[in-house]
Amino acid sequence: MNDLSTSSQITYRAVPIRPGAIRRIRGLSDQALAWLFITPTIVLLLAINIFPLVWTIYLSFTNYRANRPNAPTLWLGTDWYQSILTDPDIWAAMQVTAHFVVWTVLIETVLGFGLAFLIDKKFRGHGLWTTIILLPMMLSPAVVGNFWTFLYQPQIGLFNYVVAFFTGRGASSFQMLGDVTLSPWAIVIVDAWMWTPYVMLICLAGLRSIPDYIYEAAEVDRASNWRQFWSITLPMALPFIMLAVLFRGIENFKMFDMVNLLTGGGPGSTTEVASITLKRAAFESWRTGYSSAFAIILFVTVFGLANIYVKALNRVKSR
Amino acid sequence: MKQTVKALLTTFGVLASALGVGVGTTPAHAQAKTITLCWAAWDPANALVELSKDFTAKTGVGMKFEFVPWTNYADRFLNELNSHGSLCDLIIGDSQWIGGAAENGQYVKLNDFFTKEGISMDDYMPATVVGYSEWPKNSPNYWALPAMGDAVGWTYRKDWFARPEIQADFKAKYGRDLAVPKTLDELRDIAKFFQGREIDGKKVYGASIYTERGSEGITMGVSNYLYDYGFQYQDPKKPYSMDGFVNSPGAVKGLEAYKELYKCCTPPGASNSYMSEGLDAFKSGQVALQMNFFAFFPGLYKDPNVGGDKIGFFSNPAGPATQATQLGGQGISVVSYSKNQAEALQYIKWFSGGDVQKKWWALGGYSCAKSVLNDPGFPNSAPFAGEFLKSMGMVVDFWAEPSYAQLLQAEQKRVHDYVVADKGTAQEALDGLVKDWKSIFKEEGKKF
Repeated sequence: MNDLSTSSQITYRAVPIRPGAIRRIRGLSDQALAWLFITPTIVLLLAINIFPLVWTIYLSFTNYRANRPNAPTLWLGTDWYQSILTDPDIWAAMQVTAHFVVWTVLIETVLGFGLAFLIDKKFRGHGLWTTIILLPMMLSPAVVGNFWTFLYQPQIGLFNYVVAFFTGRGASSFQMLGDVTLSPWAIVIVDAWMWTPYVMLICLAGLRSIPDYIYEAAEVDRASNWRQFWSITLPMALPFIMLAVLFRGIENFKMFDMVNLLTGGGPGSTTEVASITLKRAAFESWRTGYSSAFAIILFVTVFGLANIYVKALNRVKSR
Repeated sequence: MKQTVKALLTTFGVLASALGVGVGTTPAHAQAKTITLCWAAWDPANALVELSKDFTAKTGVGMKFEFVPWTNYADRFLNELNSHGSLCDLIIGDSQWIGGAAENGQYVKLNDFFTKEGISMDDYMPATVVGYSEWPKNSPNYWALPAMGDAVGWTYRKDWFARPEIQADFKAKYGRDLAVPKTLDELRDIAKFFQGREIDGKKVYGASIYTERGSEGITMGVSNYLYDYGFQYQDPKKPYSMDGFVNSPGAVKGLEAYKELYKCCTPPGASNSYMSEGLDAFKSGQVALQMNFFAFFPGLYKDPNVGGDKIGFFSNPAGPATQATQLGGQGISVVSYSKNQAEALQYIKWFSGGDVQKKWWALGGYSCAKSVLNDPGFPNSAPFAGEFLKSMGMVVDFWAEPSYAQLLQAEQKRVHDYVVADKGTAQEALDGLVKDWKSIFKEEGKKF
């Protein structure tokens, strides 16, 4: 058995590294050592991120098709960009994407913040409730997609029965996934179900970061609960809410798996988001040049919007 | 330290023995080589595994199989071919792929091999040779051996049709006997008759038809109506000229008739239904009629719930213009990137043998060999054999152009938008399709 009193008597002495000690390692200079450590990362970054991006930009100006590598590659200039930006089908896909992003982010933010606000209040079993609420986001989108396909099934799906119970309509009188009006909302519901907990987690972090003494001071000033919420809670949690909006916005702009599993873009093209159009062009039609141009347009759109948003976020944080 | 190394080696040796791994030795019955055959994961593929055991027994060449579900079949194997992968030595590729695979050098041209081995395309049903082997079409350039004949056909609930009360009800309503439909109008009437009817205390529906949006489903389904109403892919006298053929007045009516069938007579939630959804609907006793490929019919006939005497089969009924049906099926090709081409060709030679073709049919595969199909006993060899034979005599295939995928996607979108999503009219859908197809062919440098 260790004698704690003995161990407590041990004293540690800082040994200063003499200047030039590192330099002596196998005769390498500090700078050479730094390059030695950083080079693999730079090589990986170039190979995995930068080169594909540059290559995609190059392909977007050509007629290259991945399934015809032996065909001559012709330089088309900005032809693909022009045809994409003037294609009504592409604009329709962008509208579908915008609808999906706006509604999911709005619903997830409102519900996520609301749940975080409730969970933040210490009550009996709040830990258990937090875990239960977090469950959907821990599932794989493939599982969620299949699971909800069954729930939406008009004949045996639970969803229709629940709606029928509250509305008095026949359970198989409407199809969530096969109806042009309902199918976009069917996807919004699933995404909100799955990712609201994620927004809740970020908002919860924001709420927990607000020091208690601010509320105590507000109590002393006899500020009402509403006043406290409006003047303390919301402004102080706002950067976190905006961060959650940024994350979910970017994620949902490139949403593919869930939509593909639930509707495959249908009925017709009602739920064909941009990523599905892109996948069809790239891996079903093998229009590599065309799809590269579309991918660049999507990348620039997300990058541009995210940058504007981050600037706004920084302004809020600096207040 | 030495003891530790010794102990580790001993442990490894014991483990290797326990797992049956011979370290540095060759098993006594090792095969000279193993080749990989790629196909879709479905009933006929299981029959092929069984059949191929004879090949291994005869030649000593081992067989490995890479079967992918239909939903990923095209994506998986076209990726493999386009990336010059050597996973597949043999591939049973879809009929539409042949143009692209031939022009992009992905399949080995088999003409010289066929001549050398005495394999004649005259020994196979003409429609299967054109559909599965030739590129350009109707030219003696062979890229595959017809392997799996297939077409779209129909199944029906024979037991429901035979019920006296149902028969009487049908006669009272339509003034004729409830029987296998001879025309598409009769088929619609039957589907309407069963829609929402209660049988054995369960609500049933008319028909399961193809409506799938993502891959090729609705195109494979609607074609069976379009062809019968007078649709043609192009002017027979002027290739790639499509105005008045793709969007002919007959074709427009055909598309309208398909939409009518979808709206009146399919089960709720059938807006994205293809092969497996059709099977599910029929097997679970939901529908009276089912559109599906013949390849599934042996399995359905064996089904304990709806098979045997309960099921009947018929080929696609006639329309006002003609009687035709959509070709399915595939040829077997040697992948040009394969490192085992000699063994793969050996397999094709073996597979073309008369006895092998007979056994292939017996096991559940659909032979394309005349020796099997023209045998006088063939129509009675299975309950669906006669209808299959009839169907193979009237098949029409989708474009097999290298750009088939783009052409297919355009039709998927136009047709699904009209039939399922109620967007525009049939005329607008087909006019739009002509526009799309023209633009694709123009991009391909075709003159029309």
